[in-house]
Amino acid sequence: MSATPFIVLSAILFTIGCVGVLTRRNAIVVFMCIELMLNASNLALITFARVHGNLDGQIAAFFVMVVAAAEVVVGLAIIMTIFRTRRTASVDDASLLKY
Amino acid sequence: MTFLAIEPHVPVVETAAAGGVFSLLWVIIAIPALGAAILLLGGRRTDAWGHLLGCATVVASFLISLIMFVALLGRTEDDRSVSQHLYTWIEAGSFKVDAAILYDPLSALFLLLITGVGALIHIYSIGYMADDLRRRRFFGYMNLFIAAMLILVMADSYLGVFLGWEGVGLASYLLIGFFQHKPSAAAAAKKAFVVNRVGDMGMALAIMLSFATFGTTAFTGISAVAGQASDGVLTALGLLLLLGACGKSAQVPLQSWLLDAMEGPTPVSALIHAATMVTAGVYLIVRSNFIFENAPVAQTAVVIVGAVTLVWGAIIGCAKDDIKKVLAGSTMSQIGYMMLAAGLGVAGYAFAIFHLLTHGFFKANMFLGAGSVMHAMDDDVEMRHYGALQKVLPVTFLTFAMGYLAIIGFPGFSGFWSKDKIIETAFADNLVVGLTALLGAGITAFYMTRLMLLTFFTDKRWEKDVHPHESPKVMTYPLVALAALSMLGGFLLLGNWIVEFLSPVVGQAEHEVLAVQPIVITLIVTLVVLVGVVSALLLVGRNDVPRVAPQSVSIFTKAARADLYGDAINEAAFMRPGDRFVTGLGTFDGAGIDGTVNATAATFAGMSGRMRRWQNGFVRSYALSLFAGALIVVLAMLAVNLA
Repeated sequence: MSATPFIVLSAILFTIGCVGVLTRRNAIVVFMCIELMLNASNLALITFARVHGNLDGQIAAFFVMVVAAAEVVVGLAIIMTIFRTRRTASVDDASLLKY
Repeated sequence: MTFLAIEPHVPVVETAAAGGVFSLLWVIIAIPALGAAILLLGGRRTDAWGHLLGCATVVASFLISLIMFVALLGRTEDDRSVSQHLYTWIEAGSFKVDAAILYDPLSALFLLLITGVGALIHIYSIGYMADDLRRRRFFGYMNLFIAAMLILVMADSYLGVFLGWEGVGLASYLLIGFFQHKPSAAAAAKKAFVVNRVGDMGMALAIMLSFATFGTTAFTGISAVAGQASDGVLTALGLLLLLGACGKSAQVPLQSWLLDAMEGPTPVSALIHAATMVTAGVYLIVRSNFIFENAPVAQTAVVIVGAVTLVWGAIIGCAKDDIKKVLAGSTMSQIGYMMLAAGLGVAGYAFAIFHLLTHGFFKANMFLGAGSVMHAMDDDVEMRHYGALQKVLPVTFLTFAMGYLAIIGFPGFSGFWSKDKIIETAFADNLVVGLTALLGAGITAFYMTRLMLLTFFTDKRWEKDVHPHESPKVMTYPLVALAALSMLGGFLLLGNWIVEFLSPVVGQAEHEVLAVQPIVITLIVTLVVLVGVVSALLLVGRNDVPRVAPQSVSIFTKAARADLYGDAINEAAFMRPGDRFVTGLGTFDGAGIDGTVNATAATFAGMSGRMRRWQNGFVRSYALSLFAGALIVVLAMLAVNLA
């Protein structure tokens, strides 16, 4: 079984995530795109684990999932708070912390 | 070479350890120093009796000096140099300076002059400063001055002299600026201080040079080996000492401060700027005779400085209308005589000191007399506002007249003997110098007669609300004492006493053979003096004196009124170039050094300001730079791997 389709899929998913992060204004969508990029890297990790025939990549993928779960908790909480105070979840509006 | 013939006469300073009554020598200095400390540190608590303590300390010093003097006379002639070792002052490696006192005939005479005239002036000041709220402080400064001056004349090394030298400079500064609320007094004090620094630099360099050459600064050590040093070093030493002497004694070219120093209270002018401190330069040169005898070039320089100053001061004295400034010009001129005599070498040292003593008497007398006149005229110093005061101020007039007769050299008075001897010695040395001294005597007679006429004779020119009155007894008694000394000071020369007395210190010259009899010179001097007096009588006495000085006067009068442009010369030669130099340095520092540093900083600040804009607050642009960075890293890795 060739690893190429999986890596290509992973690259496509990662690119979609990237473009989403850079172009979308809604914080929730940006957040989802970040998750997409994480999962694209998970797919790559697991593919390479399979290619090499060991568990290193799978363990790393589990770590990524755990970190992503924690990040979702904190990130969604922040987005909720920002939405409550500013009545918007646009990342461009929250641009006060600057020069 | 004439000086080779004189050389064996240069005495080496040899001292005997102090014993008996001489072990109390240090007390002479300690008493006024203690007085100054009590008065200056004691504050207002000492206000009530401060002036009495101030007088008592100086009188006590005078009495001890008198006892010492009698004790010194009791010793044999070649045993009259006593030294008292007090303690080791400085010890660093091979450099060792003892705090020690040298008491010999020269210091003995100075002690009597300083404490004697000093005591009289202190007593006079009780009356003169009676209305001044800061009288106690005045006496504190005066005591400080006396202590410093005593250190100056009793020190046994150049470094010790320097200590006293700076001490009197400080006291002079404080006292010139005593009326500190007057900007002119503050400026005059600063000027005196600055000009004196120039001279002090010469003195300091001379001390360093003498240490480098002889390994010591003590008179005993240097005088023993002075003849062995090279001519160049001795000449340099002599010229540096002369520079120091010029600063302290207000000799050309460092003369400009003395006339402004008259801003101080009149007793200060009498004590510091006439009788004692300004003569310290003469003391220094006479004390350094072992150097000057071996440095003929420096000696000639001393004579030139003295001759120029004696005419310079006299000319200034002719044009001033301020009574104190006339006396100040006259002081410069008389010190010029002393310098001239000191420059003539062994033949002149004793006469320089003799004239210094008589001048101390008659000039202190006249300054205090001027103070008494000012006291009567509500502190007006303008002679054009005086006139016909001899009836209202009889005591002041009579005592002043004694000083006047002494300074012009009226036969029999002290100045006659001392000035006559100097002119005689000058003629024996050099015709030009002799003629200059003679000319000075004529001008002196002229301006002093003018002063007498304007002040005590001619018409009344007072303001309506001025009511002149004779000064209190506490002021007139010192005047009487000084007048007596002005009359009788010449007795010091009786039987050539002063010359014999000083010979262990300064040597004694072979009797010079003049082309003419000394009596002829005396007659010529008296004649010249007479011409001066008569021309003043004709020029000033017979005309009406305007209350305001006329402005349409000859350029000579204008020049003399402007102190012969002494200040203008200083300003053009030193002040303006110095000012420009400093301004230039300031500009270079501001534009050059600061400019470079500031420009660098500004460049970085500008760059940072621009880079700061990248921090724009938009999350997505941060993300873009993050991805761009990651992309670059990836591409770089690919490039490395593919290469």
